[in-house]
Amino acid sequence: MTGYLESTLRKNREGGRKLLVPYITGGLSADWCEVLRAMADAGADAIEVGIPFSDPVMDGPTIQAASARALARGTTPVSLFEDLTGIDAGVPLVAMTYDNIVHKAGDARFAGELAAAGICGAIIPDLPLEESASWEAASAAAGVEAVLLVAPVTPDERLARICERSRGFVYAVSRMGITGERVDVAASAGVIAKRTKAVTDKPVLVGFGISTPEQAVEAAADADGVVVASALMRILLDGGGPEEAAAFVSSFRSALDA
Amino acid sequence: MTTRPMATPGADGRFGEFGGRFVPEALMPACLELEAAFTAAWADPGFRSEYEGLLRTYANRPSPLMEAKNLSERLGVRVLLKREEMNHTGSHKINNVLGQALLTRHMGKKRFIAETGAGQHGVASATAAAFFGLDCVVFMGEVDTKRQELNVFRMELLGAEVIPVTSGSRTLKDAVNEALRDWVATVETTHYCIGSVMGPHPYPWMVREFQRVIGDEARAQCQELIGGVPDYVVACVGGGSNAAGIFAGFDDTDAKLVGVQPEGGAAIGRGTPGVVHGHRSMLLQDEHGQVLEAESISAGLDYPGVGPEHSHLHAIGRATYPWVNDAEVLEAFKLLSRTEGIIPALESAHAIAWVAKEAGREIPEGSTVLLNLSGRGDKDVAQVREILAR
Ligand SMILES: Cc1ncc(COP(=O)(O)O)c(C=O)c1O
Repeated sequence: MTGYLESTLRKNREGGRKLLVPYITGGLSADWCEVLRAMADAGADAIEVGIPFSDPVMDGPTIQAASARALARGTTPVSLFEDLTGIDAGVPLVAMTYDNIVHKAGDARFAGELAAAGICGAIIPDLPLEESASWEAASAAAGVEAVLLVAPVTPDERLARICERSRGFVYAVSRMGITGERVDVAASAGVIAKRTKAVTDKPVLVGFGISTPEQAVEAAADADGVVVASALMRILLDGGGPEEAAAFVSSFRSALDA
Repeated sequence: MTTRPMATPGADGRFGEFGGRFVPEALMPACLELEAAFTAAWADPGFRSEYEGLLRTYANRPSPLMEAKNLSERLGVRVLLKREEMNHTGSHKINNVLGQALLTRHMGKKRFIAETGAGQHGVASATAAAFFGLDCVVFMGEVDTKRQELNVFRMELLGAEVIPVTSGSRTLKDAVNEALRDWVATVETTHYCIGSVMGPHPYPWMVREFQRVIGDEARAQCQELIGGVPDYVVACVGGGSNAAGIFAGFDDTDAKLVGVQPEGGAAIGRGTPGVVHGHRSMLLQDEHGQVLEAESISAGLDYPGVGPEHSHLHAIGRATYPWVNDAEVLEAFKLLSRTEGIIPALESAHAIAWVAKEAGREIPEGSTVLLNLSGRGDKDVAQVREILAR
């Protein structure tokens, strides 16, 4: 059965457009849900909501700073879910967090809480295939799509297994490294996008280091779309709000649609 | 045949319900490669003899087992010291590092990165890198670069680059985070030399195997000295590598195994199961799963987690993990210095503090206690001087 996340992304892809998934660290500021709505209105196909963790080892300085700020505001998974109640962004929401946050609550309870908060997918980057079976089962039972990641070093045979098990979309990590703004798109981005597209017809989104509309166009060429995180969080950390976030997202939307 | 409590983990890297491999996809191929490389090397007599040769001629093994007569008289229990502080670079860390450096060469990698708390693992890593001609980068929390200034200089002298880590609590936990972030970007050319029995499989198992030389030697030395096994085997526990190494020689005996934690970092007893730094183990964390900052006088034990095999040994009741406070540690630091003329590392002083506190209480008078003196205290002298002057 295809969930809300995957069916939305497939439908939009079939409509002929490249997919755009901006990220926001949940609880970053008092008005973060307004930022989220503004990003949806500006043309996001889905939105990734970071649930901040104290030790984000896959994240560079920008998202580390955003996580630290959200935690310093007293953000917890529970407060973040409460913030989201009653918010209908009009696009699917995908959580991104680390396994300890899931593990502490317990797979089934956490998946249930995501579903209750209106979040239909989840990305847990430190949960590789070897460790993800129980989370995949618990999230499926709660109607939450467990998005799995592939990396440039993932061998072919493994890539196929990950794509087979991933739900919602397949997250193709563009480069070997952590999140953060970059001046160019890694050569590995096109390679991993093509390799992934060759083995699955699930939506394939490229993420990590995509910082400008031009880079988004380049990275989306061989994939179905992009995830944009650090560059957007930089704007919010520097004092931007819903308007600045919307302008940023719509500049990406226009470039991808052109 | 019953399996030993400290057995070889299966392909899933589990010690009971602990361990595993909780790393990003980008690191999975490297973890699998390392597991294959270590499994092959450890079964290869050629690798073993090269490793043992290095331990002997470069690291100064075997380390002596010494009857601590003055301390024994003072405490009313018979204390035997396993003198790991006499190893080259001053601690047990060199045992593990030489093994991993050899493996790095076998895997054809040229860059060697490490995290460090007290700086002992960093110094050992920088040393091995110099010896093997590897490029070495050491991540160290900014707080620790100040507490352990001299070790920073030693690493630099040995040709390593030391990167002060300014994120989070700026101690060991954050140094591990930063090393992992580097490794994700460089894994194709770089080996991450983890300094304790932690991290994703195969590290907790591999590091224990590289440290088991402590326990294997001590078992034979105890046989010779006391004609059997001691009543207690005691070691300090940060991540738990010196403890795992010495416990591994006695897991199949009646000896009580005791891992002594710092009060402010007692993951076993004050923590709950969690997943961080690639493994599932006991962890100091809040109700939502945010990792808490540890607090200890000793940089090497200032860590909110513990190696997964220790959580398992605790769960099955094979080992116990009490804790001591900073004041008790300082007393123990002075006690060994005065009674035996040996200045211990603050980390090792935790083990001494527990024995001093429990001799005649939990440890019945007349018991024989094997104590792992994991490192020497030269690195701590300036810090202790400052504390005592306050
Ligand atoms: C002398 C000494 N002992 C013990 C430790 C703690 O490590 P582990 O628990 O892995 O033995 C350290 C770490 O820096 C150390 O330097």
